[in-house]
Amino acid sequence: MTAIPQTPGPVVPDVAPATLRSRHLLGIDGLDAREITLILDTAEAMKEIGTRSVKKVPTLRGRTVVNLFFEPSTRTRTSFEVAEKRLSADTLSIATATSSVTKGESLIDTVRNIEAMAPDMIVMRHASSGAPHLLARMCQSAIVNAGDGMHEHPTQALLDAFTIREHKQRLAGLKIAIIGDLLHSRVLRSNLLLLKMMGAEVWTCGPATLLPQGIGQMSAHVTTRIDEALDGADVVMMLRIQQERMHGHFIPSVREYFSLFGLTRERLRRAAPDAIVMHPGPMNRGVEIDSEVADGPGSVILEQVSNGVAVRMAVLYLLAGREAGGEG
Amino acid sequence: MPQVMDADRMSRALTRIAHEILERNRGLDELALVGIRTRGVPLARRLARSLKEINGDEVPTGVLDITLYRDDLMRHPVGPQPVVRSTEIPFSIDNRKILLVDDVLYTGRTIRSALDALIDFGRPRGIQLVVLIDRGHRELPIKADYVGKNLPTSLKQSVQAPTKS
Repeated sequence: MTAIPQTPGPVVPDVAPATLRSRHLLGIDGLDAREITLILDTAEAMKEIGTRSVKKVPTLRGRTVVNLFFEPSTRTRTSFEVAEKRLSADTLSIATATSSVTKGESLIDTVRNIEAMAPDMIVMRHASSGAPHLLARMCQSAIVNAGDGMHEHPTQALLDAFTIREHKQRLAGLKIAIIGDLLHSRVLRSNLLLLKMMGAEVWTCGPATLLPQGIGQMSAHVTTRIDEALDGADVVMMLRIQQERMHGHFIPSVREYFSLFGLTRERLRRAAPDAIVMHPGPMNRGVEIDSEVADGPGSVILEQVSNGVAVRMAVLYLLAGREAGGEG
Repeated sequence: MPQVMDADRMSRALTRIAHEILERNRGLDELALVGIRTRGVPLARRLARSLKEINGDEVPTGVLDITLYRDDLMRHPVGPQPVVRSTEIPFSIDNRKILLVDDVLYTGRTIRSALDALIDFGRPRGIQLVVLIDRGHRELPIKADYVGKNLPTSLKQSVQAPTKS
């Protein structure tokens, strides 16, 4: 027990200070491994709050968060709303179907009007890649990207990583197979960036018509044969066939796709015996994944959803602490 | 750095506090210890051990992280933010007498946060405060029930209490 001189002030926490560098979360691109670990560690503490009888802490009391969804979403929007409410933020959700966007208002005008009501954070989803980046440049509020076009969906990649870490206790060195519509998937892009940074070995697999350009640089192995991707995999991540983004013919038919790329119990036997099966949702049962697998023993699909709340709480908390900072 | 308490004195103080707890509560029924992260946690464990040595009964012991309840969280312009860690209270606090344990009592703000956090877990019959060091300079009307040592300090000083579990 010792007494040393120190400047007066509030009690300084005796844990290592840690913070995010940016006040926005626009993508995994822009985060480093330390920041990702910080978010995942914080999410672990947040998860405990969801197990209490009073599932609420006062941390973001008096803060306003606007959820601005220009694209349909059930899971992500609900998950953000639950996360915000558990942190005691005031939240409002705007879905474009009921907003003035249908009257022809531009993105910038809509957001300027929302900004005039001084929210602290805007969680947004938009069909155009880069829309949140545009807003981050012109807004006072912190922007959280909840999915932009075919670009990124950072909180999904973070909750996937959280779920994998919970089951495998690590990310580095795991064989992770990502299978499905690689071309239209923002989940893929965010996951590839994150998993590569954290040292996982990622195999991507999909029909040749759905392989994005340059996938070879982002992913360690690219294949069109699902068995090759599944062989010994620790984690199998299935991606949805995004018919709403397919303006053209990418697959001959849903049945043919299922027979070549659908995840069935027989195919899954090639993966490691303790492999986990993931899907970001919404699932097309019988298209990319068989019901038997989706509801089977290795499936962690619903865990992903509950973990999503904890991860989003962590992101909101960490960004709120950064909020008063300068440009980011 | 003057030393005001060595390992022996610390352990004698904890034993004395354990006896005081037993005396004031007439036994260990319905008592539970909750240590405030970080330094209150090993102290709570040591108190649990002392109580068991004296009385033979196991006292449930939990860990409380108050980060999300702090009143100074968003007040740093460019924050160093404290890391949030998990709270582990593996028993119901309803109708129990809770002994809240921390190392140093100073402004009282940590305890204020801890009281808010605890009450979100249920409705304890009562909460009593145990601190190893009371250094004064309260900013809130909070008082400890059990004190290891009163240590008059100036605002310019800092008190460190390294503890072993």
